[in-house]
Amino acid sequence: MAATAPLSLLVLLLLGPGVWGQTEPPRDSLREELVITPLPSGDVAATFQFRTRWDSELQREEGLSVLLKADRLFHTSYHSQAVHIRPVCRDARCASISWELRQTLSVVFDAFVTGQGKQDWSLFRMFSRTLTEPCPLASESRVYVDVTNYSQDNETLEVYPPPLTTYQDVVLGTRKTYAVYDLLDTAVINNSRSLNLQLKWKRPPGNEAPPTPFLYAQRYVSGYGLHNGELSTLLYNTHPYRAFPVLLLDTVPWYLRLYVHTLTITSKGKENKPSYIHYQPAQDRMQPHLLEMLIQLPASSVTKVSIQFERALLKWTEYTPDPNHGFYVSPSVLSALVPSEVAAQPVDWEESPLFNTLFPASDSSSYFVRLYTEPLLVSLPTPDFSMPYNVICLTCTVVAVCYGSFYNLLTRTFQIEEPSKGGLARRLANLIRRARGVPPL
Amino acid sequence: MGLLSDPVRRRALARLVLRLNAPLCVLSYVAGIAWFLALAFPPLTQRTYMSENAMGSTMVEEQFAGGERARSFARDFAAHRRKSGALPVAWLEWTMRSVGLEVYTQSFSRKLPFPDETHERYMVSGINVYGILRAPRAASTESLVLTVPCGPESPNSQAVGLMLALAAHFRGQIYWAKDIIFLVTEHDLLGSEAWLEAYHDVNVTGMQSSPLQGRAGAIQAAVALELSSDVVTSLDVAVEGLNGQLPNLDLLNLFQTFCQKGGLLCTLQGKLQPQDWTSADGPLQGVQTLLLMALQQASGHPHGAHGLFLRYRVEALTLRGVNSFRQYKYDLVAVGKALEGMFRKLNHLLERLHQSFFFYLLPALSRFVSIGLYMPAAGFLLLVLGLKISSASRCPFVASLRSPHSRLGRALQPRGGGVGVSPGSPAGQSPSHPLSGSLTHSHALELWVQLHEAGVGPEEAGGTPGSSPPLPATQRVGLASLVAPLLISQAVGLALYVLPVLGQHVAAQHFPVAEAEAVVLTLLAVYAAGLALPHSTHWVLSTQAPDRSWMALKLVALIYLALQLACITLTNFSLGFLLAATMVPGAALTKPSGPRPLRAALLVLTSPAAALLGGLFLWQRLQEAPLSLAEGWRLFLAVLAQGVLAHHTYGALLFPLLALGLFPCWLLFWNVLFWKR
Repeated sequence: MAATAPLSLLVLLLLGPGVWGQTEPPRDSLREELVITPLPSGDVAATFQFRTRWDSELQREEGLSVLLKADRLFHTSYHSQAVHIRPVCRDARCASISWELRQTLSVVFDAFVTGQGKQDWSLFRMFSRTLTEPCPLASESRVYVDVTNYSQDNETLEVYPPPLTTYQDVVLGTRKTYAVYDLLDTAVINNSRSLNLQLKWKRPPGNEAPPTPFLYAQRYVSGYGLHNGELSTLLYNTHPYRAFPVLLLDTVPWYLRLYVHTLTITSKGKENKPSYIHYQPAQDRMQPHLLEMLIQLPASSVTKVSIQFERALLKWTEYTPDPNHGFYVSPSVLSALVPSEVAAQPVDWEESPLFNTLFPASDSSSYFVRLYTEPLLVSLPTPDFSMPYNVICLTCTVVAVCYGSFYNLLTRTFQIEEPSKGGLARRLANLIRRARGVPPL
Repeated sequence: MGLLSDPVRRRALARLVLRLNAPLCVLSYVAGIAWFLALAFPPLTQRTYMSENAMGSTMVEEQFAGGERARSFARDFAAHRRKSGALPVAWLEWTMRSVGLEVYTQSFSRKLPFPDETHERYMVSGINVYGILRAPRAASTESLVLTVPCGPESPNSQAVGLMLALAAHFRGQIYWAKDIIFLVTEHDLLGSEAWLEAYHDVNVTGMQSSPLQGRAGAIQAAVALELSSDVVTSLDVAVEGLNGQLPNLDLLNLFQTFCQKGGLLCTLQGKLQPQDWTSADGPLQGVQTLLLMALQQASGHPHGAHGLFLRYRVEALTLRGVNSFRQYKYDLVAVGKALEGMFRKLNHLLERLHQSFFFYLLPALSRFVSIGLYMPAAGFLLLVLGLKISSASRCPFVASLRSPHSRLGRALQPRGGGVGVSPGSPAGQSPSHPLSGSLTHSHALELWVQLHEAGVGPEEAGGTPGSSPPLPATQRVGLASLVAPLLISQAVGLALYVLPVLGQHVAAQHFPVAEAEAVVLTLLAVYAAGLALPHSTHWVLSTQAPDRSWMALKLVALIYLALQLACITLTNFSLGFLLAATMVPGAALTKPSGPRPLRAALLVLTSPAAALLGGLFLWQRLQEAPLSLAEGWRLFLAVLAQGVLAHHTYGALLFPLLALGLFPCWLLFWNVLFWKR
């Protein structure tokens, strides 16, 4: 949504400088990493990555793992974990393979709460721990702090202790500067027996507009009432001069009946014709709607994609146990190649920090982004599954029955039918019957 | 069933009802009024109880202690407001950001259809400020709203201060599962309307506003807060929303729970809660509160900023801090704790509030009357109309309905002077037709019972002595005599709806009045002009208006009124009941014979406008601020303007309902009264 905060902290442990395969000391087979990145609201996100050979010793209580304390990690706004396992070559000839394990843990710290109202942070405030010693298994252990200045002067923020070296890289199309702390460098930790990285803002960051990402999106349901509605997706392209295409993928549950003819896409007040549309209609209780579009987003524009829908009535057994909560509509998925501001150099994955693998660049002029919009909660027409509902049903039944009979009684005319003599056949039959001495029909 | 299918018994019943028609009507009317007044008494009123599981069993501990902070926020806000003369948007943005909210603004503008003299505004433009507290580890699918409406008359500084202090307190907590939106709107309800329309991306009232930049999913509940002093003696709670919509009763129960927990003094309609329900004192006080609520609900005007949320299916209520001369005063901490408790419990909600009642009346905060118990009151009143639906008008009316294709037409065929009599039915032959006995009664029970009797064969009907011969065929009239009055009265209604706003500039040019006055005066002029309707209809019908066709007209009018009142009662009970209570006697007694000036006076007294005026006087009397006649008239004019304005600005339905539905219907009765014989 909004921009990323002007600083990100990367704590990175690099274990083993890329020598894989041979029987090595254990410290060479393990790489681990903690990336702490900020969120649009100014929060700080942290991502841990541990990369090791599958058979490595994973139980460690030193190094970056010191920071992984559950009570702090779960006191956060967000966390996500990932595990990647892949085969890697043991040597250059790839005669045999090893299994590489990569664990990732991303955590977002609410900078406002942890910083007691300010956006300053320190390792201790976030994790209630400091780094005391490097991991004995690590051959290389570094801490990266993003100190990129978004304003012209260099006086907005300050990192303590001052970094010994810096590292520059291109991440998501922009050039970033990192302060690097090598935990294996004795000077970093041994001075104070612990490393408590701190960041202080010299001026409150609220005054300057934080840099916005080039592509972001919002989604909401509009309209009111339980009959119709509209799904609206707002796509923002904040790039000052480059237009780029976006692939928008929507899966909408069948119980929202989409009116495809109402699909409108407008950019800057004009209709925007998608260059490609794939629509697969829903089948009730079988498959959802699938709507995929390739939309060109003009430079510095807001594109609104909206489509109307009607809320379907479910069968009464199809309602969830909490039908009045509403029904979720999954997020739209946006995939785009966003033009870079700065061309990224091709990197050697083994040599560069681990966090680079989080931000792959397909070529030097653009980078790939996949965004998920927020999920939506849509309420459907829901019967009241309770006593009043039964009462209403019963009353309606009684009223219907009564109405029918009353109407019938009130509008029917009673006529006295004279018993008719019957048709010719009957008279004939009766004649015969009388002749036979049998009672007539 | 058996009673009705046996023709003899049916006729006996019909005759009984015919003979006792007047006493039955009076009885039914009195029963309706008495039932309504009895609603405040214990067998009919019940204790409120919490139905929602998620809010009932969970206990919360309120920790809000930011009273000093709230006061300083309020002081700053008031100072900035005085300095800038409008809502201090920049200060609000900065403050909300400094307590850690995601802040957005929304600008809106609205040109009212005519100048609003009560609030002194015409071209309105303003800015709403809102901050969103994002719940950690949640996907922003649900939210709660705390809104503070700020207007020129209601600075509401303390409410803004308390809201900001609450926001600061809430921001530090980790238990939120729903986002919380803190909304400050400018220009009272107009700002709320603009924000709600923009949030739901709809435009129902012609409001122009900038789109919202931030949203927080489906709003589950909202609380509007109005405080105008640092200390309060009591909290008044308002539930009535736009068009008489009410929030789920559980929201009110929730508020009451925290009132009791915090020992707060809470009032409803400004009335203290009676403690003693066993003696007559409590219920009698309850009747007053009940009447006040009925009047407020009938007005259809939102009783606070919460009223506009209800349209979007957001359960909402307004809390008003009242500072009167009572001894014991509460500071902002007590109010803040109640609000914190409410929000924490709302935060626990798994589903929208739906367990408790949506239709209820409140004689006190802790007592309610459910829909099943108050409906009979309106039912009795409408029964009068049912009883009065005139059977004597059957001949002219039936002729117009006669059609061989409709079931009704077939039912009617055998009866009525030998035209179209089916061969099988001898009904037309006999001068001692059963129906002719009832012809002398001008009113009788259901038309339909009689109609059916017409079709009954002579065997059953034979015993009934006839007192007058059937009407000659020439007295039957077609639809023509009905069409003209119907069309003209509807046209007057349409003029009443359209002309005042449309013709305000013309009126203001030619007469020395301002636009707002012009609207009200045009309204009254059209209304009065409608009274000339009988003459215009007679002009149209001068040649062929038969004596008895007024009965057909009255029949149509009665059915029309009964249908309208029944529909209104189902959606807004208070409005339906009050209209029925005033309009039914006049409608029932109208006929073009007898003491005409007396009947005319009664009919005028029961017209919608007179009902409105009467409602105003009753309202003021119940508020213990009785009006003099001149004040009442001035208030009446102001209320007329407000009613038209509320329709155009918020979509209130009372004005179109009166202008397009009930006034034309009332004109029909007026027409009946002055029918030329």
